[in-house]
Amino acid sequence: MPRQSPFHPRTAALCSSYAWKEWAGYAAICNYDAHSEREYFAFRHTAGMIDVSPLYKYDVRGKDAAAFLAHVWTRDITRLPPGRVVYGTMCNEDGYALDDGTVANLGDGRFRVSSSEPWLGWYGRHARGFDVTIEDETDKIAALSVQGPRAREILQPMVEADLDAVRFFGVRTAALAGKPGWISRTGYTGDLGYELWMDPEDALHVWDSVIAAGTDYGLQPAGLDAMDVTRIEAGFVLQGIDYVSAKNCITESLKSTPEDAGLGWTVKLDREGWIGRDALLRERDRGGSTWQLVGLELSWPELEALYDKYKLPPHLAPAACRLAVPVYDAGGKQVGQATSSTWSPVQKRYLALAQLHRPFGEIGTELQIEHTPEFERCRITATVVEKPFYNPPAKTFTPARAAKSKGAAA
Amino acid sequence: MSTLGSKSNPYDAIVVGAGHNGLTCAAYLARAGRKVLVLERRPLVGGAAVSESLYPGFTYSVCSYVVSLLRPWIIRDLDLVKHGLKIVPLECSYTPQPDDEGLCRWPDPDKTRREIARLSPRDADTYPEFGRAVGRLSRFVKPFIDSPAPDPLSLKPKDLFQLLGMGRAFRELGDDLTALQFKLTTMSGVDFLREWFESDQLIAPMSCSGIIGTFLGVKSPGTAYVLLHHYMGEIDGSSRSWGFPVGGTGAISEAIASSARSFGAEIRCNASVETITVAGGKANGVVLEGGDELHARTVISGCEPRLTFLEFVGEDHLPGEFTGQLKRYKCRGSSGKVNIALDRWVDFKHRPGDGMHVRGDIAIASSTDYLERAYDDAKYGDFSQKPYINLVFPSLLDRGMAPPGKHVMSCFVQYAPYDIKEGPSHWPQKREAFGDAVVNTLEEYMPGLKDAMLHRQVLTPWDLEQDFGLTEGNIFHGELGLEQLLFQRPVSGWARYKTPVKNLWLCGSGAHPGGGVMGAPGGLAAKEMLRQGAV
Repeated sequence: MPRQSPFHPRTAALCSSYAWKEWAGYAAICNYDAHSEREYFAFRHTAGMIDVSPLYKYDVRGKDAAAFLAHVWTRDITRLPPGRVVYGTMCNEDGYALDDGTVANLGDGRFRVSSSEPWLGWYGRHARGFDVTIEDETDKIAALSVQGPRAREILQPMVEADLDAVRFFGVRTAALAGKPGWISRTGYTGDLGYELWMDPEDALHVWDSVIAAGTDYGLQPAGLDAMDVTRIEAGFVLQGIDYVSAKNCITESLKSTPEDAGLGWTVKLDREGWIGRDALLRERDRGGSTWQLVGLELSWPELEALYDKYKLPPHLAPAACRLAVPVYDAGGKQVGQATSSTWSPVQKRYLALAQLHRPFGEIGTELQIEHTPEFERCRITATVVEKPFYNPPAKTFTPARAAKSKGAAA
Repeated sequence: MSTLGSKSNPYDAIVVGAGHNGLTCAAYLARAGRKVLVLERRPLVGGAAVSESLYPGFTYSVCSYVVSLLRPWIIRDLDLVKHGLKIVPLECSYTPQPDDEGLCRWPDPDKTRREIARLSPRDADTYPEFGRAVGRLSRFVKPFIDSPAPDPLSLKPKDLFQLLGMGRAFRELGDDLTALQFKLTTMSGVDFLREWFESDQLIAPMSCSGIIGTFLGVKSPGTAYVLLHHYMGEIDGSSRSWGFPVGGTGAISEAIASSARSFGAEIRCNASVETITVAGGKANGVVLEGGDELHARTVISGCEPRLTFLEFVGEDHLPGEFTGQLKRYKCRGSSGKVNIALDRWVDFKHRPGDGMHVRGDIAIASSTDYLERAYDDAKYGDFSQKPYINLVFPSLLDRGMAPPGKHVMSCFVQYAPYDIKEGPSHWPQKREAFGDAVVNTLEEYMPGLKDAMLHRQVLTPWDLEQDFGLTEGNIFHGELGLEQLLFQRPVSGWARYKTPVKNLWLCGSGAHPGGGVMGAPGGLAAKEMLRQGAV
């Protein structure tokens, strides 16, 4: 039976849909209402607030903390300055992706690692020879993610940190409504957003304070379904859906290298001394990954025409779809699968993330994707397009830096 | 040296009026590589789709205030999201009653069912059935708003196929639905709804969509069809069709303008077109107020057809038959708009709070008799003392529309006939009395409203004509009656954006498929012109 997160008394009281699911051993809300539309639009137009406490979190300290993390993650954590967060991949010795996640340098030699799977055992096995202590703090830190274009205005009055100066992927120690904690400018929606980290004891106080600060701005508690749509629009992969951790793969063919999973950009092969590098070097020498993860746009006019044949209006589930769907080349040969797909309500586009054989992932390639109105297998055109699909300037814009460079120019 | 717009170096196209359709048309033409100039009389783009701050800190969507049919293909083609377009869905349709909590229709079907069941358990069951039947009809109508009107007299294969398709789709509806379709085109909204429902409290707000922008009552024949027009809100995998643009309706126009500029279109505000110049039967440019002449190979008007032809072109350049039809084109304005800035939230008497029930549209339409009485006043040249009001609180949907804790209220008001008995030019003397009638009506439902008001803007049909160029104040550039739709819009024989004046085209709401913030006339006109190599 799933456990309750520190925010449970508040989230449960608001969850009129009773739509819950298990997330890393916790009960997590899919959507508060009968559908997730309002929560989705809050993420996109004002701010949505989602309980992300179930994320696995590890506290890593000691003289060699950075060196250890640089060994198990693909990113060079030894060069991550205090106050910064980095997104990266973790591989096994065969070069297959185990997980993706973030590493935050909290200062004073202290790091916080978050991931979608538990890794204490893995870390323990690879910590030999490093002067490092690793503690699972998943249950000791409550986390709340406030995402959306108005997140900064909402949080500023209750956070003791100058949010105008916190850059994308920055992190600060800060009092949250008077309680000690951290704020990081990170999230999973591809827009402006922050994650608040705190003691579970303070969770309800912080929740209430964010609600109070945000109500006049239209802040809305949101569930996982709405976030799923936004993360596809943002082009973010989800471990377990768009690729599967090598740890959980029964067959070799299911495993993905970072490149296969769209995480190739987090890998620098010229850096030495990290797990998986040797295998990935060998793969490079053999000609590189044969798969790639790309963005697809499905033809809406064709979908409409297809449904019209069945005398139906076009119909898609009002949430993201996580069922893998086959993708074919023009000749009808299967070249991969769409792993996540969604209708983008703000963009009026039907989007998917897909793992495809090279070279079918070239931008502009026209492919065919399966669609099954009335249970019959049909195909419509899907075109490989750039991702992120949705990428507002607010995601990375930092007011203090803009003011500074403007001042310098003047 | 010859600059663009001179006789020797004309623009490919000049678009008269930077309303959302003119801008859409310009964006499509510029995207196809044409040199386009858009001329706007007012200091800002948008036409009737504008946001203006008339009281410090508060933004009004001055005229049109909600959006349902903005074509998704336009949003995609013009990349409007990148240019700032954001539309939030409305949460609820609330019809307050003076003496009880009234009716809320929600996007959640079970919640709606429970609400309707309080009025009539039978209606609660019928309601989703009705939605499905009308939804199937919309499927038949929808293709027509995404393509130019078919020409029933043409022998061209394309037109024949399109008409054939229309006939086939019609047959496929099945006998029951064909009967339904005939009913829709001949009955009144109220009679039509009474065949389905028994609760007058449910029928009243549903029948309102049949009268919007027309000078008809909910019990007038033909209004059932306009109901359907409003059911056509895009089905896009989400349950709701009506939305509110973040930043107000002007934000839509600005997004389209930004897209047009990115493709190289030039947009000039404070540039009032006085004449569309015609030589040898061909339009070749415009003369601006002040005498400046600008030349173009094509002139496209986003303005209302009567204004375009009778004011800008002049009868001398038009065939008599065309002028005659045009003069009979019905533009009877029937509505006004009141925008209000509020110092604080004001509760509805029987459903207090600023919760979900008020985050949608609110209809002051307590009964079908109430609505018909409102029409009675208008039939004899008065504004309704107790009007039908469609209310939206933009500040609840986009908190940027008013300072925190304060609100804006947008009131669409019907009936306000253009032809009041004293004559339309007497509207300015009656403007505040009309505003008072609206506020007095609302005060009955929202006690304390008057005390909380900081500012009020009242727009009568006269103002809509004088300030926004909407002939007779008709919000749709001509009524959306059946006789003025499809191949008859604006007049039969000229429904394909082309006009009797060579090189002069129409791209506004007076062209197929009509009014509303949908962009379809603008987008379809541009596509048609490009297809024909006219620009």
